Amino acid sequence: MLDPIRLWAVVRKELLQFRRDTRSLVLAFALPLVLLVFFGYAITWDVDDIRMAVVDQDRGERARELVDAFRAAGRFSVVATPPRTADIGPLLDRARVRLALVIPPDFGSDLGAGRTARVQAIVDGSDANTATIALAYTRAIVQQFGGGLVLAGRDARPPVEARARVWFNEELSSSNMIVPGLVVIIMMIIAGLITSLTIAREWERGTMEQLASTPVSRLEVVLGKLIPFLAIGLVDVAVTSVVGVLLFRVPFRGNALFLIGPTFLFLAGTLGLGLAISAVSRTQLLATQIGMLSTFLPGFLLSGFMFAVDIMPAPLRLLTYLIPARYFLVVVRGVFLKGVGPAVLWPEALLMLLFAAGTLTLATRAFKKELA
Amino acid sequence: MSRPEKLERVRGLVRKELLEVFRDPRLVRMVLVAPVIQLVIFGYAVSTDVRHTPTFVVDQDHSQTSRDLTETFFASGYFRLAGASDRPHDMVEALDHGRAIVGLHIPRGFAKDAAREAATVQVLLDGTNSNTATVAMDYAQRIVQAWAIRRGEAPTPPIELRERAWFNPALKSRDYNVPAVIGNVLMILSLMLTSLAVVRERELGTLEQLMVSPLTPGELIVGKTVPFALICMADLVVITLVALLWFHVPFQGSFALLLLAGVLYLVGTLGLGLLISTFSSTQQEAVLTSFLFIMPLMLLSGFMFPVSSMPVGFRWLTLANPVRHFLEIVRAIFLKGAGMSALWPQYLALALIGASVLVLAARRFHKTAA
Repeated sequence: MLDPIRLWAVVRKELLQFRRDTRSLVLAFALPLVLLVFFGYAITWDVDDIRMAVVDQDRGERARELVDAFRAAGRFSVVATPPRTADIGPLLDRARVRLALVIPPDFGSDLGAGRTARVQAIVDGSDANTATIALAYTRAIVQQFGGGLVLAGRDARPPVEARARVWFNEELSSSNMIVPGLVVIIMMIIAGLITSLTIAREWERGTMEQLASTPVSRLEVVLGKLIPFLAIGLVDVAVTSVVGVLLFRVPFRGNALFLIGPTFLFLAGTLGLGLAISAVSRTQLLATQIGMLSTFLPGFLLSGFMFAVDIMPAPLRLLTYLIPARYFLVVVRGVFLKGVGPAVLWPEALLMLLFAAGTLTLATRAFKKELA
Repeated sequence: MSRPEKLERVRGLVRKELLEVFRDPRLVRMVLVAPVIQLVIFGYAVSTDVRHTPTFVVDQDHSQTSRDLTETFFASGYFRLAGASDRPHDMVEALDHGRAIVGLHIPRGFAKDAAREAATVQVLLDGTNSNTATVAMDYAQRIVQAWAIRRGEAPTPPIELRERAWFNPALKSRDYNVPAVIGNVLMILSLMLTSLAVVRERELGTLEQLMVSPLTPGELIVGKTVPFALICMADLVVITLVALLWFHVPFQGSFALLLLAGVLYLVGTLGLGLLISTFSSTQQEAVLTSFLFIMPLMLLSGFMFPVSSMPVGFRWLTLANPVRHFLEIVRAIFLKGAGMSALWPQYLALALIGASVLVLAARRFHKTAA
């Protein structure tokens, strides 16, 4: 059933075809780099330039100090200081500012008299994510400012304290999360593109029938297409990882060797899916639509690249088990940031193995039917 | 040529195109059912709220006080118990495995310390997702602080911060993201539909047939895009209704303005589909090229990653992205109820982008067809 010489012949044919096709070469080797560099720079969800308005009705020294504390924090820039609170509305409506701080007239006198002083933060809540973060920073600044006053003034007993420590991404930089995620997303896209190039084209030109009429077995065809693809994918993962580490300073704490196996499994699963889809659906339009639906958007939205899987509703969480990018993402982030290995990541590897075995079996079966 | 005659020819083409779509049940499913399913699935997915964060507790104090603190912690709804143990090592393992994102460590002697002087609990956070970690850290510190104040173990802070969120008082991220999903679903659908429809005709050779018919290239373009514009507008209405009825996303603004934005937006995306078709000779190529457009259009739209956080160069680049402007419009219409006076720059940008893309596409279409 599986003859190494025949298998090698298919592999060589694929490699030859690939080498001659400049477009495929560019797609396979240049595109991943371009995508990583481009999006690695462009996208971030660090919230570090919050435009704010300050309505200072107190105009005292304490109020100025509080505003200075915001300026000094480095994440806020005061772009407007309207005199009245009524002016905040238009500023928020037009998204000129994201946050407004209102310091009421009795702020300074309250503090001086030892009463609790009040300040108000009004935030544009439409982008809930950014708003939540902006509020968290605001709280921290106000609290720290208040704490400073307490320490400078009366003898204060330190309260119960929650000491927070962040692991894996100590400086809380979003690129440490995004860049390893991009490696996965890019691999997913390249896998989809190459699948359609190597398989769909073969159907289109009718050479799949030719291939079928040779003594080569179905399994050999599938494996022969898979092997060169795995080699390319491995090179891509290596190159994008190195660029991620060197260019974007993402920590790489684990052993790079632990990425090899999961990369193979992930690519095998994706290619298997592509093979199965293109063999099942006869018209190309449908194949591409199914491919699009089943890989692209879900890969972005259901893999945990951006939206955490564990807060999704249960039925949706079940659905994410069908997306190999989900597992690969855990592996890549784990190896990059947590420095963990097979002892921790074996369930993901196992599920990817199951996925690959499933889709490849399906593809080999569907092949027979389609050609018969 | 008389005007009615011209109109008649375009109508014929539009009818042919619509017939072609509605004759194929699979295609009907794709254009009418798939967007709804996509919206429902992705609508559930696109939440960045920090709620029920899996938390591992190591309580080495075993006191009434420590139990009280733990209970307060979980009563907040922000955290969910994912495991508990006596040994800090188990907490480390839970974080390594990703079973927990937060670890709460209450050391031995906590109750005694809290009664006398400074007491400390340790909060460990998996920082992989920097935003979740930032927000969870803030929640944890606030909960502990409020707890201490309630028990009289900490002085009331001298400054009280009152918070109000406008437009989205509960700060639900889904209300912000579902309208954005509408924009992206629509973009992908319109882009693929046009580029594939034109290229399919080219593959089948029927494009030449159309060329030799009395149709002018302009009429051909109109006839090719109008049916898809109609379908996509229908989709816009349907999925907006789904967003309102299923996800209960608030809708403050005007429906007419939303439709206007939809028309301008679709001119751009359909034009882009047409442009892609002029670069592609097979449907396969059309899909590949669409992919290359869809990814930057989506990532640089402000959908997941705020435009305001991008480097300056990229922020300029996003001005040419119709998705960015459309998302700003739909989000403002849904959540803020904004009108033309606030949104005219976005409408203007959409119109300009649509017009230039369409002109460019028409030119190239003319050349490749000739």
